[in-house]
Amino acid sequence: MYAYTENDQKIIEQRVAQYRNQTQRYLAGELSDDEFLVLRLQNGLYIQRHAPMLRVAIPHGMINSKQIRMLAHIARHHDKGYAHFSTRQNIQFNWPELKEVPEILEKLASVQMHAIQTSGNCIRNTTSDQYAGVAVDEIVDPRPYCEIIRQWSTFHPEFTLLPRKFKIAVSGARSDRAATQVHDIGLYLIKNAEGEIGFKVFVGGGLGRTPVVAPVIKEFLPEQHLLSYLEAILRVYNRHGRRDNKYKARIKILVKALTPEVFAEKVAAEWAELKDGPMTLPREEIDRIKACYQGPQYQSFPGDDENFITQLKSSPSFKIWVNRNTVQHKVPGYRIVNLSLKETGQAPGDVSDDALDTIADLADRYSFGEVRSTHEQNLVFADVQQSDLFALWNELKTLGYATPNIGLLTDVICCPGGDFCALANAKSIPIAEQIQRRFENLDYLHDIGELDINISGCMNACGHHHVGHIGILGVDKKGKEFYQVSLGGSANEDAAIGKIIGPSFDEEEIANVIEKIVAVYLENRIEGERFIDTYRRIELAPFKERVYAKNN
Amino acid sequence: MRKIIKDRQIIEDNWHYLASTDATPTKLVLPQGDIVVSLTAWQNCQEQLLAHQRKLGLCLQSDEEPSLVKDDLEHFALIAIDFPKFSDGRGYTSARELRTRYAYTGEIRATGDVLRDQLYIMERCGFNAFEVREDRSLEEAMSAFDDFSFNYQADTRNQLPSYRKS
Repeated sequence: MYAYTENDQKIIEQRVAQYRNQTQRYLAGELSDDEFLVLRLQNGLYIQRHAPMLRVAIPHGMINSKQIRMLAHIARHHDKGYAHFSTRQNIQFNWPELKEVPEILEKLASVQMHAIQTSGNCIRNTTSDQYAGVAVDEIVDPRPYCEIIRQWSTFHPEFTLLPRKFKIAVSGARSDRAATQVHDIGLYLIKNAEGEIGFKVFVGGGLGRTPVVAPVIKEFLPEQHLLSYLEAILRVYNRHGRRDNKYKARIKILVKALTPEVFAEKVAAEWAELKDGPMTLPREEIDRIKACYQGPQYQSFPGDDENFITQLKSSPSFKIWVNRNTVQHKVPGYRIVNLSLKETGQAPGDVSDDALDTIADLADRYSFGEVRSTHEQNLVFADVQQSDLFALWNELKTLGYATPNIGLLTDVICCPGGDFCALANAKSIPIAEQIQRRFENLDYLHDIGELDINISGCMNACGHHHVGHIGILGVDKKGKEFYQVSLGGSANEDAAIGKIIGPSFDEEEIANVIEKIVAVYLENRIEGERFIDTYRRIELAPFKERVYAKNN
Repeated sequence: MRKIIKDRQIIEDNWHYLASTDATPTKLVLPQGDIVVSLTAWQNCQEQLLAHQRKLGLCLQSDEEPSLVKDDLEHFALIAIDFPKFSDGRGYTSARELRTRYAYTGEIRATGDVLRDQLYIMERCGFNAFEVREDRSLEEAMSAFDDFSFNYQADTRNQLPSYRKS
């Protein structure tokens, strides 16, 4: 992964000093609440239901064991002993003291971490594929480009106070695991007929109140022009994005209002001024960043490990875990391992301080000291030897991170919801738990197969409910919590926004509703069809009919 | 007389903003001295303003693009850009466009809700004068220019991004 240069380090240390000064002025009464709000938001600090919430950036989800130990330390000493992985690969602390935040930031800076631009109306952490660099279906490793974007967007002077927040995702594989098409800018790395690397550029996707799958505004952008083109997009947005209404301020509204064609023309006009200028990325710079992502020194294995093959045969539950939670690696003899943070009863994405320390130790022993956080709120050890899998599986079972449910119905994506978040209309974690309890039977769960359930506690859609195969949205009606269900969403390369099935449900009905939806799928599926495939074939009506049928 | 920061110095300001109470005046009452006028005043009373023997400045609101006056820039010794609230970031793009697209070399001044914490990035976008809100200390605000000693991006002071410097 990327290692800071002296300048990279200097800039985050100076940011700590700047933020310390801002906090002191606020505590001394020299800055008003409103003034400090904009400043603290630029640094990931929200005021939540119970306490401030500090969001720390994990650039494109890459984190090393030393950094994880520091996060454990912060959870232990500045929080209530746990942290929460978000759907944007970041990590959040729910209980820090406002006056301790500068000290926390200083500790983060000592391990090359920061909270810069993790909230506020600015360019946020760029997210990516958790299997980047090791996936068998990869075209180009997206991580170096994410880091190039990180540096360009860090304290960009012109784009610090945009109309609204701005999220970029980059994917470089045939399967999109980064929900790229529902970002403000989504980039697919591709190669043209000449084998040159470039980007397919999507602009104006997003969730929230107005869910949109982004249109393409450029089919092939050569890689050296990445930053000048992004700059052109941001110039158009900063100038023309709406500022009169917070709910109409995202770039998706501008792209829709202008039409993607007209928006693309405006970008082209700005780009004409920048193209081939000083922003053009020199080959040496791309190579310098790429050199940080060469990957570890893999051992060379002729093929599959013999012990591993034997263990697969002798232990059915090991085999189930391998099939479900591990993924083929590009290097023979290795596998990609998912740590499921979705054991029943565990708030999705939450990890304790002790567990963080153990994860760091396991990463050192089994995966070259590196870990990735995922959009689905799980963790990944990307480089595990086949011969180590059985031992690692046993250790993960002890930790509670070996539930074989990656990609299944109980691998729920879920925001912190009404239990923590000041914006939420309804709780979301207890809904996740209710569903997990209903589908605990592994045979049943595995028979159902791949099914994404996404839960958000409000319209802001942090749980990405619009792009869940089944989406659940908490709504407030006269002070009581209800849940609206939608079907058919997808966050992958076939991105789609789900359709609302009908009137919302009481909290206690949710597991029953999901069970009925699943029953319709199981009755209708043709061999090999996933839930989403069956839904696309038979559409909404049969599901709706069953769910709202009168009980008799 | 009000004090402002200009070119990293605290100085006395001798510009007068022309208050325009009428949305479309055809004749302005001009005070003595250097004056700053609104875009509307400039568009409606150009001849009168050009005949005025003192220096002329223009104040752009955050939704008024520099392209509207791109052919008139030679007449203005100062362009003030208003920040109705400090979270409105359009003024940054306006200043940057004036410097990089239209090669404007006169004074670009930030006015309105201008606080210490914006000065560093404002200067990078091309502002060289700052009317820091009157309830704040100018001396304290001056320290903002030293907040960072390194930047990734090119800006109006440094023409090359970090990856193009050796």
